Amino acid sequence: MKFKAEIDVMPLEALLDPQGKAVSNSMKNIGLPEIDGVRIGRHVRLFVEASNETEASEKVEQACKKLLANQIMESYTFHIEEA
Amino acid sequence: MKFGVVTFPGSNCDQDMVYVLETILNQEVVQLWHKDTDLQGCDFIVLPGGFSYGDYLRSGAIAKLSPIMGEVIKHANNGGYVMGICNGFQILTESGLLEGALLHNNSQKFICKNVYLKPATNDSAITKDLDVNATYQIPIAHGEGRFYADEATIQKLEDNNQILFRYTSKGGDTTEEFNPNGSINNIAGITNEGRNVFGMMPHPERAADEALANEDGKAFFESILAHCK
Repeated sequence: MKFKAEIDVMPLEALLDPQGKAVSNSMKNIGLPEIDGVRIGRHVRLFVEASNETEASEKVEQACKKLLANQIMESYTFHIEEA
Repeated sequence: MKFGVVTFPGSNCDQDMVYVLETILNQEVVQLWHKDTDLQGCDFIVLPGGFSYGDYLRSGAIAKLSPIMGEVIKHANNGGYVMGICNGFQILTESGLLEGALLHNNSQKFICKNVYLKPATNDSAITKDLDVNATYQIPIAHGEGRFYADEATIQKLEDNNQILFRYTSKGGDTTEEFNPNGSINNIAGITNEGRNVFGMMPHPERAADEALANEDGKAFFESILAHCK
């Protein structure tokens, strides 16, 4: 079976996110000073072949830990569904 | 000493490193390709600066999976010497050979300038012959050089004298004002517990030739040659 995973990788809350800060600071320039606290991460979509959802989830977990996220500086969450 | 300088797709300081080791320091140098799986008997492996794999995903994240890295990790785990400069340092932290991570500079800018470094310890081959009371002018050129590790790791690095260099003023002031990228405790370079793996963001190979009017970096290489056996 084929599953689709939608993965979000975000900088850890405790860390300064310079990109998010720069974008936050630009909000007033488009007339939206009410918006702040922007944090920017990465969205990854991938497909995984597995016999069931648990196995697919384990494979995605491995991909996140070994490559897609660096847990020293990032956290990840993901959602899986049958493709 | 036989040096091996690894070229990854996107490395751009490999030839500078080869030039300094071969021409300035008269050492035997082998140029290794990232797809190689044979370190050809090199004693000291250098991972140079650059933008391996275009810094895709995170700096160094994909390079750590290059075929040669399996051998480099084995070499390091057997006590062999490995040094990573700039992107090489990022590859070393990504591969777990060094602790911590290199985050985007807090200034939100790519920084390319001369900075001053102060050796934080003499207890490593690369700093043994340096003067811990002196400062060395070495260039930096990076967008992701903000050294970060959790509090316990930083404490351990400090307690074990694993911090090699700190960013400083010309006079040796290591306050935040002279921290170019927001690194914790002004950390510019570290070593591992075995003291055989070195990583630093500044580029000593860009300050080791008379023609560049700055040879401060040469002392780093001379210390390596004197103490890496």
